[in-house]
Amino acid sequence: MTPDLITAALLRSDRFRVEREADWQRLDAIVTAMEKGRIWRVSDEDLLALPQLYRTVASSLSIARAISLDAATLRYLEALVQRAWFVVYGPRSSLTTWLRGFLGGGWSRAVRGLGIDLVIAFVVMVAGTLVGWLLVAHDVEWYRALVPGGYADARVPGASPAALRDTLFGQSQQKGLGAFAAYLFSNNAGVSIMAFSLGFAFGVPTLLLLVQNTAILGAMLWLYHGAGLTLDFAAWICVHGTTELFAILLSGGAGLHIGRAMAFPGNRSVLSAASQAGQRAAQVMAGVVIMLVIAALLEGFARQLIDNTPGRLTVGGFMLALWCAYFFAFAKDRR
Amino acid sequence: MAATIALPTRTTRSPRDRVLITPEGVALPITLASRGSRVGALMLDFLILGTAFVLVTIALVSLAGGLVRFTGRIENGTAPAVMQFLVVVWIIMTFLVRYAWFLWFELGARGATPGKRLVGIRIAARDGGRLTAEMVIARNLLRDIELFLPIVFIASAGADSPPAWLAATAWFAMFMLLPCFNRDRLRAGDVIAGTWVVEAPRHRLEAPMSAPELPQNTEQYRFTEAELAVYGEYELQTLERVLREGREPAIESVQTTIAAKIGRDPWVPDSRVFLEAYYAQLRGRLEAGMRMGKRKADKFAGED
Repeated sequence: MTPDLITAALLRSDRFRVEREADWQRLDAIVTAMEKGRIWRVSDEDLLALPQLYRTVASSLSIARAISLDAATLRYLEALVQRAWFVVYGPRSSLTTWLRGFLGGGWSRAVRGLGIDLVIAFVVMVAGTLVGWLLVAHDVEWYRALVPGGYADARVPGASPAALRDTLFGQSQQKGLGAFAAYLFSNNAGVSIMAFSLGFAFGVPTLLLLVQNTAILGAMLWLYHGAGLTLDFAAWICVHGTTELFAILLSGGAGLHIGRAMAFPGNRSVLSAASQAGQRAAQVMAGVVIMLVIAALLEGFARQLIDNTPGRLTVGGFMLALWCAYFFAFAKDRR
Repeated sequence: MAATIALPTRTTRSPRDRVLITPEGVALPITLASRGSRVGALMLDFLILGTAFVLVTIALVSLAGGLVRFTGRIENGTAPAVMQFLVVVWIIMTFLVRYAWFLWFELGARGATPGKRLVGIRIAARDGGRLTAEMVIARNLLRDIELFLPIVFIASAGADSPPAWLAATAWFAMFMLLPCFNRDRLRAGDVIAGTWVVEAPRHRLEAPMSAPELPQNTEQYRFTEAELAVYGEYELQTLERVLREGREPAIESVQTTIAAKIGRDPWVPDSRVFLEAYYAQLRGRLEAGMRMGKRKADKFAGED
């Protein structure tokens, strides 16, 4: 028998299939190659034909459902259209193109999008510092409760001003700064990611975490104030602190953003509100990780190497100005 | 309009079936991944990560050991710069293991980590739209409080401090059990990111069934309208499955049942030829009805 006769002997629905099979197989091959990450194996023609092929096969599926009872073919088409759909409508950006869009405005837009939550987190952090200060000023025993043992080497209430001064200056000869910076980064990133993800519980734990962490700052500020070293301590903190505290502020704001969206979703459903807020907050968090890398480098190297108060204030102030300009003045008009 | 598009009659239905409407208006059935396969995928990922972690750590430690032997001394108690560098590499690697593994792979074309890929599942956007980088980042950052943090707490609290241990375990259990308490099996990260985990089926295109190898053989069987009217689409698809699987005992028993049901002599020289002929003619009849808007779901349904 000739091929025509064989085709003629087929059911109408199988004829439909035989006529279109080539397109299906072609799409299948392209999608398989792309799924395996071998996009360079796909020729330019195929790549250009992909959206068209996808629509062709999707319409084949619609027709096949109306005329065919061949379960295996329907199953194949459904799986193929689903896979092609994931490729055609999948993540459009690779990690690098996403990063470019992110640094070129996406990040600062997301930060501005946090809006009121950022203000709340800021107020809470200031309040936390004040609380830390007041608690310790009221009763020195609070210092031991607030500041974990690891920090408090020479920095205990009753230490002499000279001993305290030694903790701020004269460490430029210290070795192992690189490892120290990497450790700091990994530690701080953990804290910020926790502040963010605890937003899931309606933001309450995020607030507590912010208060707890800034209370440590307040307590230490009080300690150094007692020794007349307020400005020196502020400078010591501010080298990396403007970046690090900013990052913690952002992650707290991001956590609150999710918590608030879930507690007060407005007209949206709780799930869609949570996912909208979550995606914006995730963008902020990706930036927070970058900020923490910079903060750790400043803390590990710059703070130890610049051994005087004016120099430290300059670096810290410059970083603060840089971040503020980037977040609140950059790419304001672009959507 | 899109929602009115008919879905194919499926031989099996499960509570995990969902329908996704593509922008072209095609309704795609998707199946949510089972909880078991998700746990399995996570275990596989951890297994791969753990192995890589141990191997790299061993490599770094032995490299450090070799360096110490080579330089012969450690300068007055502080490590030389190379050692520091190794420590930095190790810390960065630990960080990457924790976050970058899942991010990198889930942003790829397959939307799945190697573990998920092996199990045959992937992530997708819940609203049927595009899966974005932000979603992937959000769902993976949440893994921290769901998994890593409570495990560290449980390990550090130990058995000697029961309240802390209990609290950490309760925390852990709360997040682990979250997928059991919502319809779409979302974990906390999925809720925040707007994603879900679905099965990623792959099927081969099977040969068309109405083109038998020896068409003239099937010519000897001509079934009457009444003989074909007995069965519906469900039986047709069951018959298709039996024929495609091609297990001899199943084919023989199905052939006997059908022959008895339509009142023919159950004994035939070749059961397969009989069934293929019956399949082709039944499908031809049902598909002709379909084109006229008449469908028969199964043998219990009347002709409408």
